[in-house]
Parts: sequence; C-alpha cells; structure tokens
Amino acid sequence: MLGALIIVFREVIEAGLIVGIVMAATRGVTGRGRMIALGTGAGVLGSAIVAIFAGAISEAFQGSGQELFNAAVLGIAVLMLMWHNAWMARHGREIAMEMKEVGTAVSEGTRPLTALAVVVGLAVLREGSEVVLFLYGIMASGTSGSSLLLGGVLGVGAGVAFTALTYFGLLAIPNRHIFSVTSWLIALLAAGMAAQAVQYLHAAGTVVALDRTLWDTSWLLSEGSIPGRMFHTLIGYTEQPTEMQLIVYVGTLFAMFLLMRVARYSPAKDKRVAA
Amino acid sequence: MSIVLWAAALAFTATLMVSVGESRADEPIVITIKNHKFTPAEVKIPAGKRVELTVVNDDPTPEEFESKTMKVEKVIPGKSKATVRVGPLDKGRYNFFGEFNEATAQGFVVVE
Repeated sequence: MLGALIIVFREVIEAGLIVGIVMAATRGVTGRGRMIALGTGAGVLGSAIVAIFAGAISEAFQGSGQELFNAAVLGIAVLMLMWHNAWMARHGREIAMEMKEVGTAVSEGTRPLTALAVVVGLAVLREGSEVVLFLYGIMASGTSGSSLLLGGVLGVGAGVAFTALTYFGLLAIPNRHIFSVTSWLIALLAAGMAAQAVQYLHAAGTVVALDRTLWDTSWLLSEGSIPGRMFHTLIGYTEQPTEMQLIVYVGTLFAMFLLMRVARYSPAKDKRVAA
Repeated sequence: MSIVLWAAALAFTATLMVSVGESRADEPIVITIKNHKFTPAEVKIPAGKRVELTVVNDDPTPEEFESKTMKVEKVIPGKSKATVRVGPLDKGRYNFFGEFNEATAQGFVVVE
C-alpha cells in the first residue's frame, strides 16, 4: 500500500507544484478559481483519454509517439507560461496597485487566465495519465488490488494537500513581492519544461545534436528521490544534463526575460505621455 | 504578441514533423516484462551508437520503463510493446527499472 501511495504521490505533486504556483500567481484576479477548476477538470478528463489511447499514442510516429506527445505538451505549456509572464510584466503593477487600493478582486486578466488554465490542464494531463494507468493496472491485477488502490487514493489526497501547502506557502509572501516571485518561479518552471521537452525530442530521435552529458550530480541529489523530483519540476533539475538541455534552459530563460522586458516598456512610455 | 506566439507554435510543430524521416537502427533488442521482471535483465549494446530496444510488456498491468542514466521514460500499457531508443552511450553499465514495480523490475544495459 505504501508503495502505491508513494508512486501516486510523486506524480501528483509534480502537477500540484505547478497548480500551486499558478494559483499564487493569479491571486486577486477575478474568475481564477473557475478557470483553474476548469483546467484541472479538463486535465483529469484528458488523463483518462490519454490513458485509454496510451497504446495507440505510443505506437504512432514509428514508436516515438509518446515522446513527441510529451514534448508537444511541454512545448505548449512553455509558450503559455511565456505569454502569462509577458502579460504580467505589462499589467502586474496595475493589478498590484488595485489590489492594495480596493483590497479585493481585479476585473482585468481574462487573457493570462486562459493561458494559465491551459498550463494547469496540461500539467494535470501529463502526470494524471500516469496515475490513471497505474491505478487501472492495480484494479486489473485483481486480488491484492484493494489495499494498493487505497494507497493510490491516499496518494492523490496527499498530493492535493501538498498543492494546498504550496499555495498557502506562497501566499505568505507580501503583496508587493508576490508578482515578482511568481514571475521568477514561472520563468524557471518554463525553462525546466523546455529542457525536459528537448530530452523527449532526443528520445524520439528528433533532436540528437549536442547530446553529450555535461556533469553528474546524482551523488548530491538523486532525481528519483522526492526532493529531486520536486526540484526537477520547479527548476528543471536534471542530474545528468546534456549540452542541448543546458542551451535550451538558458535560452528559454533569456527569451522569457527579453519578452518581459519588451512587454514592460511600452505601457510605461504611454503613461508618461498621458501624464 | 499573438503573432510571435503563433510563429513559435508553427516552428515547434515543424520541428515535430521533421522527426518522421529518421533512419532506423539495425536488429532491435527485445526485453520482455513478465511478472514485473525483465527478461533478459541484462542486454549488451555497442558504445557510441544509437540503439533501438523493443520492450514487450507481457503483464496485464502497465509499466513505466525508466532510466535516469540513459534518460528514457516511457509508459507501456499492459499486453503491448514499445520502442525505446537509447544512446549513443559511453562504455559502462546503465541501470533501468520499471517505475510502477521498482522492487522487482530492475535491469542493466551493458555498453561495450
């Protein structure tokens, strides 16, 4: 039972960390609860669908379907996170100011909510499909299944509790810092996802250049351990990164900050003219 | 803004499309999962080459074929098979395992 609990918990916290960060990043934005619920719901539904078609997905593209699917899911999530951060760079200050003045919800912000709802949905989809397959496997194996199933369900519960912990932990950050902290978290999240996507493309045989391993820090922090997996999700920690992964990681961070820079400039100028 | 996004999305899709025309490796090596164990539990492959492993899951339950050192991670549904491509690798012993049954599902790829 404990084994099943840990396996499911590991998968759920990976999605949970992302959901927690997204919830903190949209604090004070109207309708975010509904959007996040919608994203999560779609993700759970999608997980079941992906799990059902796991065999077909796997066999597509000469057996590289699953890798390409994962890379595409991660790639879209990266684009959505970039979009969100660029949007926040432009409007974040206004939202923070309004939050201070009115102390309640802000009406603006349907656009980044869409992007983040997609990110939540994709995160749940990716980890969820593995949980669904795992739990289905337990049920299919019959006899000894019930205690394992209980472990799995407890694992989901523990993962959800962990998500709440992430969220409330981030809420402890004072209002005026929250957007810069979540922007950083989202930037690192996106860079990690991009580096992971590259590894999937490598496994699929799409991107095979610069695949030499740069270093090995498995002695310091194993990627298989729970802290290792958390850092893997949060900042893209990889115990043996390749040259290409490092380039993509740094490149994504750079692109993210460039985009935020560009987004930030124009409204400031407009305001100065208006004043 | 949205144009940039679309362009990026298109470029990404294009990258995915290119993958289809990849050349295949020679004889595939077959590893079978039965009762949450790998047979053979050790396979030999040449160094510095990309090698295709066919992993057959004979169990009714799904398994995730995973290796940190070879950087592969693949879910294989019950009663089905999957292709896993590894390498090029340096000489050495590389561990792989079944994530859903880590206690029993362990194996090695020996690179010579």
